[in-house]
Amino acid sequence: MIDRRYIGHEFAPHSARVEAGRLRLFAKATGETDPVFSDESAARAAGHPGLPAPPTFTFCLDMDVPDPFAYLAQMGVPVQNVLHGEQQFSYHAPVHAGDTLTYRSRIADIYDKKGGALEFIIKETRVENQHAALVAELRAVVVVRNLSGGQK
Amino acid sequence: MSRVSSAALRAMKVGDELPHLTTAPISRLTLALYAGASGDHNPMHVDSDFARLAGAPDVFAHGMLAMAYLGRMLTAALPMSALRQFGVRFAAVTQVGDVLNCRAEVTERIERDGHTLLKLGLTATNAAGELKLAGDALVAID
Repeated sequence: MIDRRYIGHEFAPHSARVEAGRLRLFAKATGETDPVFSDESAARAAGHPGLPAPPTFTFCLDMDVPDPFAYLAQMGVPVQNVLHGEQQFSYHAPVHAGDTLTYRSRIADIYDKKGGALEFIIKETRVENQHAALVAELRAVVVVRNLSGGQK
Repeated sequence: MSRVSSAALRAMKVGDELPHLTTAPISRLTLALYAGASGDHNPMHVDSDFARLAGAPDVFAHGMLAMAYLGRMLTAALPMSALRQFGVRFAAVTQVGDVLNCRAEVTERIERDGHTLLKLGLTATNAAGELKLAGDALVAID
């Protein structure tokens, strides 16, 4: 079982720049062919100051730390035992290439079901841009499968 | 593109759907590209040897790749700025070779502070009709 003292744990804030090349690779990887997401001139013609970040992209730059799964290891959770259970985004302001995003995350809750065979980690993240404006709030539910069975 | 006009959006009622999106079959190359683009380098998605040692039959898709396809369907139909909330539950693992059919149906019209919002029920299913993702989005239409 994960130590419940991790509830409320705050991650060290980190920042990442939204790079146009990364957005183009994201568009390619997700089969996005609308040039607004890969061609700077098409984006500007559509009224954007630069390439816009697609709806789920803010999740990606939260991975731009030396080991985005370090918190799981710290809690004693092997990465092969986790599944992404749910993901939510609330949008407050647009994100474009050239922005610098700062991520502040915390473990909002940890609970278990099925006698501990499944545990749930709720991670909440606030994302601000270089003007200290809130651009998005993220909420992830990470499911941990304790394959050896639960223990009370 | 399947952009829905703002007049058509404003006229949408419960039960109406956005244009569907059907993906290409998800290949190992797709997963490698997505690992690089997303920064999610979890070996369960790209390293078959690691996945098998961990007891999985093979690598499987990042849940967030499937969610990105739902996002593509939304931004194809609506301006990015209309999107207020977007959330999903990952109901089942998406496998290599799966084709995802993404759909959005209006489930509610909400009047709030003089603005109209649509709540959309979202699903992504494979060719066999198995539900992979279910969720909803809230979009502003005026």
